[in-house]
Amino acid sequence: MTAVRAEGLFKVFGKKTDDAVRRLRDGASRAEVVATGATPAVIDASFDVRPGEIFVVMGLSGSGKSTLIRMLNGLLEPTAGRVFVDGVDIFAIDEAELRRVRQQRIGMVFQHFALLPHRTVAENAAYALDIQGVPKKERLDRAAEALELVGLGGWEDRYPAQLSGGMKQRVGLARALAAGSDIMLMDEAFSALDPLIRREMQDQLIDLQARLGKTVVFITHDLNEAMRLGDRIAVMRDGRIVQIGTAEEVLKDPANDYVAQFVADVDRTRVLTAASVMEPAQLEVSATGGPRVALHGMREKQMSAAFVVARDRTLRGVVRDQDVVAAVNRGDSTLDGIVGDDFTSVHADAYLAELFAPSAESPLPLAVLDDAGRLVGVVPRVTLLAAMASIVEALPDAEQDAEHGAEPARVEGGVR
Amino acid sequence: MSDEAFDPLDPRLDVGEWVSDAFDWFTETFQPVLDVVETVLQGLYDGLYEVLSAPPFLVMIALFAALGWVVRSWKFAVFTVAGFYLVASMDRWDAAMETLSLVVVAAALATLISVPLGIWAAKSQAVSNALRPVLDFMQTMPAMVYLIPTLFAFGIGVVPGMISTIVFAMPPGVRFTELAIRQVDPEVVEAGQAFGSSPTRILRQIQLPLALPTIMAGINQVIMLSLSMVVLAAMVGAAGLGLDVVSGLQSLRVATGVEAGLAVVVLAIYLDRIVSALADRAPVARATKLRT
Repeated sequence: MTAVRAEGLFKVFGKKTDDAVRRLRDGASRAEVVATGATPAVIDASFDVRPGEIFVVMGLSGSGKSTLIRMLNGLLEPTAGRVFVDGVDIFAIDEAELRRVRQQRIGMVFQHFALLPHRTVAENAAYALDIQGVPKKERLDRAAEALELVGLGGWEDRYPAQLSGGMKQRVGLARALAAGSDIMLMDEAFSALDPLIRREMQDQLIDLQARLGKTVVFITHDLNEAMRLGDRIAVMRDGRIVQIGTAEEVLKDPANDYVAQFVADVDRTRVLTAASVMEPAQLEVSATGGPRVALHGMREKQMSAAFVVARDRTLRGVVRDQDVVAAVNRGDSTLDGIVGDDFTSVHADAYLAELFAPSAESPLPLAVLDDAGRLVGVVPRVTLLAAMASIVEALPDAEQDAEHGAEPARVEGGVR
Repeated sequence: MSDEAFDPLDPRLDVGEWVSDAFDWFTETFQPVLDVVETVLQGLYDGLYEVLSAPPFLVMIALFAALGWVVRSWKFAVFTVAGFYLVASMDRWDAAMETLSLVVVAAALATLISVPLGIWAAKSQAVSNALRPVLDFMQTMPAMVYLIPTLFAFGIGVVPGMISTIVFAMPPGVRFTELAIRQVDPEVVEAGQAFGSSPTRILRQIQLPLALPTIMAGINQVIMLSLSMVVLAAMVGAAGLGLDVVSGLQSLRVATGVEAGLAVVVLAIYLDRIVSALADRAPVARATKLRT
């Protein structure tokens, strides 16, 4: 089940567009086709957007992302290829039906807000409902609810000119939410806002999406925004999608040197999680094993401390070498008396940025736990530093990839 | 048309004759239509003049001033009183009301024709391309040329002047409307489409309201051009201030010409300020001027 499905989408402007599509399908480069007088904006774009995910299309200006998003709701007709919205082929239906799909299934938020200046905030938020033919009283009620949701309750009677940029975009968001459609297209929705407001809006979108479970297709040229918002990211360049994957996949395994250079200046510490850099614990000892077993393991690995895990792998604590030796000398049969709690644990989904302070204070590697409190790995301080330095490592790797990188490599997100 | 063969070294094309022949055919064939047009225009003009000239001039001045106050300001109302009182004191009141009737009817009809044409041109590039040379022609052809055929079609009186005025004053109405609609933020139009609005609804709810201030500027131009035609209209028999100017010219009486000219200026300023004030009161113009 997909919310939006793009199948081999091409959009070519200019002359001899069909011819251009044929050439591109036969493997012609974009430059070759441009020489014939056609301008390919989107080349062979295929992807599935799953219900309830934020799917980000990221690319620089001129990469074709705005053209791509406008084909997803039929504002632009593709030169070739098909688009399915909730399974409906939107270019196989007539104008009236397409309008119905837009009214009921797929809303849109615009870069420059696209509000009606002569209508109040409430009327703007209710605009989509007006088009749907919802009676005035009901649509204003629903618009008020949507405005409340985006934090603009009480501003109903103002006009757009009286609002700041961030507030205007909240109205744009409320308009799309009030429409009641499950899919929202967001075209550079936060790009016109100040950085601080942008952050705020991103947080709000993540929050709204978590609460309402909307499917969002988000266009941006800002990689950090893409990384923050996207469950999956499609990277576009010169009209082609060069990689689709989660933020981590794009960062750790860039499909070609273009993507690698692009991600080079991303703040990795806010994208990579503990789970993505952790290493297997060098030494775990079983809580039921006793001091002798523990001592043997520590000697083997030349470790001065070890994590103690229960049979279900939940973390119980740590033991120190001197305590273990003392326990063996006393002839203790269990570790019960000597398991300490002077370690620091982090959740597997914690961002690297959140690991620095605990890591600096903790003498032992950070223990990485899953939701159930089970030990899934450790992050030694050196690993954390190495992950930071991996920007430098990533580039030579990417150059190798670039040799077979002409073919758009697709990293499908797979099941999470 | 001449029977002689065309000599490329001494070219003679009777373009004027052909147009004249075509026009004769047109007037004969469409006489009933022309009669209807004449009746309607004459009726509108007479009706409006009746209304404007029936009350005593002081009452009318008060009404004009009140309108000025409502749509603009009390200062403008003071100007209105002073200006129109000057017109009356120069004994140009009736002529001014005749001219006002002519201008209002002509400008209203020119607007009624030009705004839909402008919308059509904005929606269709083909229409826009076809209209452009026609509009250029209408605007650059010396206005007096329109008087001749209209005079033949309708005879001496106010109607040929009015038709010429409409033809001459229409182009800016079309151009401003086309420009206004094309200038509407494409993203807002896209928003209408993206939420499933129909093209007519987008026109009514988005394009026209957002284009209104610019369209009003075009209508203002239409009115000003109409006013500039009153003297020419007088040459084919329209009464009013234009006639005073023409007779002043013919009898070389500076006083008559100056007084009539001043009255035209008063009318022009009044109409211009009223229309631009109305443009400022358009919902979009008002809403975008708001501050928190």
